[in-house]
This record gives sequence, C-alpha cells and structure tokens, in this order.
Amino acid sequence: MSFVRVEDVYQSYDRRPILERISLSVPEGQFVSIVGASGCGKSTFLRLLLAQEQPTEGEIRIADASPAREPDRDRGVVFQQYSVFSHMTVRDNLIAAEEFAGTGLGARFWGSRRRAAAQRADAVLERVGLGHVAHAFPAALSGGMRQRLAIAQALAGKPRILLLDEPFGALDPGTRLSMHEFLGDIRDDTGMTIFMVTHDLEEGFKLGDRVLVFDKPRWDPDDPDAYGATITYDFDTRMPGAPFPHLLKKDVTDVRHSA
Amino acid sequence: MRMINRRPERSIAIVLAMIPFVAMLIAYAVGSDVRRAANPADKLLPAPSHVVESAGRLATEPDKRSGEVLLWRDTRASLVRLGLGVGLAAAIGLGFGLLIGLLPIARAALAPFIATLSLIPPLAVLPILFIVFGLGEVSKVALIAIGVTPFLIRDLSQRVLEIPQEMILKAQTLGASSWQIMTRVALPQVLPRLIQAVRLSLGPAWLFLIAAEAIAATEGLGYRIFLVRRYLAMDVILPYVAWITFLAFAIDWTLRAVSRKAFRWVEEDRL
Repeated sequence: MSFVRVEDVYQSYDRRPILERISLSVPEGQFVSIVGASGCGKSTFLRLLLAQEQPTEGEIRIADASPAREPDRDRGVVFQQYSVFSHMTVRDNLIAAEEFAGTGLGARFWGSRRRAAAQRADAVLERVGLGHVAHAFPAALSGGMRQRLAIAQALAGKPRILLLDEPFGALDPGTRLSMHEFLGDIRDDTGMTIFMVTHDLEEGFKLGDRVLVFDKPRWDPDDPDAYGATITYDFDTRMPGAPFPHLLKKDVTDVRHSA
Repeated sequence: MRMINRRPERSIAIVLAMIPFVAMLIAYAVGSDVRRAANPADKLLPAPSHVVESAGRLATEPDKRSGEVLLWRDTRASLVRLGLGVGLAAAIGLGFGLLIGLLPIARAALAPFIATLSLIPPLAVLPILFIVFGLGEVSKVALIAIGVTPFLIRDLSQRVLEIPQEMILKAQTLGASSWQIMTRVALPQVLPRLIQAVRLSLGPAWLFLIAAEAIAATEGLGYRIFLVRRYLAMDVILPYVAWITFLAFAIDWTLRAVSRKAFRWVEEDRL
C-alpha cells in the first residue's frame, strides 16, 4: 500500500539538526503538499526525496527499491527556475528527455528514432499548449509556459514520483491559477504521485490530497538552531480539517507560538 | 541636473567619441611639424603624409628579396601563430574547464595545480621554450598557449560551476550520465562563455606573440617592428602598430558577431 516510505529520517549539517524523526508513508497517486515557514526544512526534505542528499539517519524508499544514492529516473523534478535547458529549443528539451534515458555516448537520436521522438514531443507540446512555440528557446517563453514545459519534460522521463519545489513561486497570481488547473489535469491523466513544496498555504490545500506542515516542535530561544524541524501536522484535505490520525499519537505542542 | 544623469544624444556622443582620436592626430601633426622645422630629415615624427605614403608602399609593393609584399607575409605569419596558440589554449581550457567544473575528483586533483601554474609569468619560461622547442614556430605558439591557457581553464571551470544546479539535477533525473551531462548540458552552456573568455585572452595573446617574435623570428608583425626599430623607421612602425590594432579590433568584433549569431538563446536570455 505504501509507495513512498520515509523511515525515521534525520538530517543535519555539521551536527546542526535540520530535520528530526520524519516518518511518512504515501500511497501511489497521492498528491502531497509540503508547507511551512522558510528555513523549516521543507526544501531539505525535498532534496532528500530527490536523493540529491543522503539523510544522516533513516531511509527513503520508493516502491520498496533500495534507497537511492543519487538522483535517478524514478524521480522527476521541477524547480522554481532553471528547470529546462536554456540552450535547447522547446521541442529539443522534450526530445532530450528521451535521449538522456535512451542513448549512450552519442547522447543523441538520429534518423527515424529522432523523427519518432520529435513526433512524440510535438504531441506532448500540443497537449500542454506549447505547440506554437516548439522552435522557440525557453528564454522567449513566459514564466508559466516555461514551467509547463518543465513539468512536461519531467513527465517525459516517466518518473515514479514527481517532485515540485515551489514550482509556481515566480509566477503572477493569474498565471498561477491556470497552472493549478494544468497540474490538476496532468494529475488526472497520469495518476502521478506528487510532492510539492510551497510557501503558499492556500495552494497547498487546494492542490494536495494531503498537506504536511513542517515546523520546529522544540524551540530554544537562546539557541534557535538547537533542534530540527519535523512534520507537525498532517492533514487529509479530502476530510476538511481532519489530521491524519497516526500523527496525533505523539502530543505535538507548538512552543514557538507561545513564545 | 546632476552630471551622472546627463546623457549625450546619439549625434553628440559620436562627436565626443571622435574628439580624442582627432586630438591625437592633431598633436602628432603639430609635433611632427615642429620637429621637421628644426630638422627636415627628422626620423622620430615623420610627416603624416610620409607615413601614409609609406603605409601604402608596405601594403602593395613586393619585397625585392622575397618578391612578397612584406605586410601580408608578416600578417599571415603572425595570425597563424596567434590562431594556433589561442586555438590550442581554448581547446585545452574548454576540456579541463569542463572536467574541473563538473567532476569533484578532477577539481580536487587539478584546481590547486592550475592555480599555481597560472602564477608563473609566461615570459619567464620563454627561454625554456626556446631551449626545448628551438627557435622555430613551435616555441612561439607554445608561449601563447602557455600564456593564456591557465586563465582559460580557471575562467571556464568557474563558468561550469555557475551553471544552475537545477539544470544539472534535472538532467540526472532524466537519466543522463556524467558524459551526457558534460556534452549536452555543460558544454553548450559554456560555449558562449568560451568565446567571451577568448576575447579577453586575446590581449595577452598579442603581447606574447609580439614578445616571442621580437626575440627570434624571420617574419611576423612583431619581428618587423623590432627589426626596423634599429633604423628608427617610424614610418614603418606606426602603420604596423595601427594595423595590429585594427586586426585586434577585427578579431574581437568577429568573435562577438559569431557569438551573437550562434548563441541566440543567450541573447534572448537577456530580454
């Protein structure tokens, strides 16, 4: 049942704890929003999911595979910016996604293979509304179009989970709304398991099936870095306001707000 | 209005840009006049008309001994040396820049060494080059290459490190190998930077070229000016210096044009 399993993960840099005792079980197809104040470890957690970093303790498994030691094809990712290759045209960005997975030293498709990949790329571009800019470079696109391309490119790699790090953070409110719709459609089409870090609570609750709140449950006013953050709330957005029950077994007290 | 906010109109800007050039020419003409009034055969500041005439002769009349026009022969020899030296340096700089910028192991092994090498004054090793490679072409090309390669390696490895981490991570999640990331992400991302770095290194490259030619050569722009220096032939030296300046400008302009045309995505990046 559990597709992504996070077991008792701790992460610290130079013995400074960032994340503490994170355990999480996510079924396939769930959309998990990760929210929290800045500096509370939500981006660190995403880096752990991406396997860009290894946790100091604990492990993360996807579909019961052994923990990854570096970013691999199981994990698609879209960042706030620089998520597409600026030196390739829109279409080449999608073709490259296939080429990276399917070629060796040459790193390029030729002949019929390239034509087939180009056709698939054009079909995808048509679907995500970028057909008319297939030959443009990403710099010529609007922020929303660029992020649509980044998401389409990540999905072209056929990952098992999709990681989004503030994907709409740099967009204006209108574009952001249409991107929500876009992401919703993508999700309905693919049934992808998605983790999205956002600082926008509303966005997190709107898109997620589940919202994780990262915060520091223990807070030493004399030494703010003494303790790491953990998941302090775990909401099921389909049952408004109801926390995922297993979290409540520990009494979580938010000392910070009483300070 | 504050001086920092006063901007010249385009036409005025052009006039302003011309003033120093015109002033220099006038200063020369006046100085030349004064000296020739005292000594009509003055060699130090020959008359402008004399310089122009001599420049025309250099560019058109074949040399009596070799039957070739000296200016073109010297230009060809110098540009070949410059091209080979800078080309070699660019290739090495790009290769090592990619390795050092992309592979932490290569960085650990090479970065301190390159940093040390770059502190060696290239002209100080010129005697070694002459001893090892003889007085032929190799030592001159080698001096240029040795002179600018450390800079190119350091600059390009830095540029590779500046490629957004996001792009490298994205490529990894799409299944790209280290080699694929090097050739299809890092290389095209730094190629425009390579042209910029080469443009910057051309100044030192000319310096090393002329220094090497001055010491041991039988042709070349630097050889010629240092040869005729013995006869105080300012009427040859001045056109040669102007010609070298023009060549440097033309090369720089061409590289910039090539970069703009070939790397449209960078130009659009700035919009």
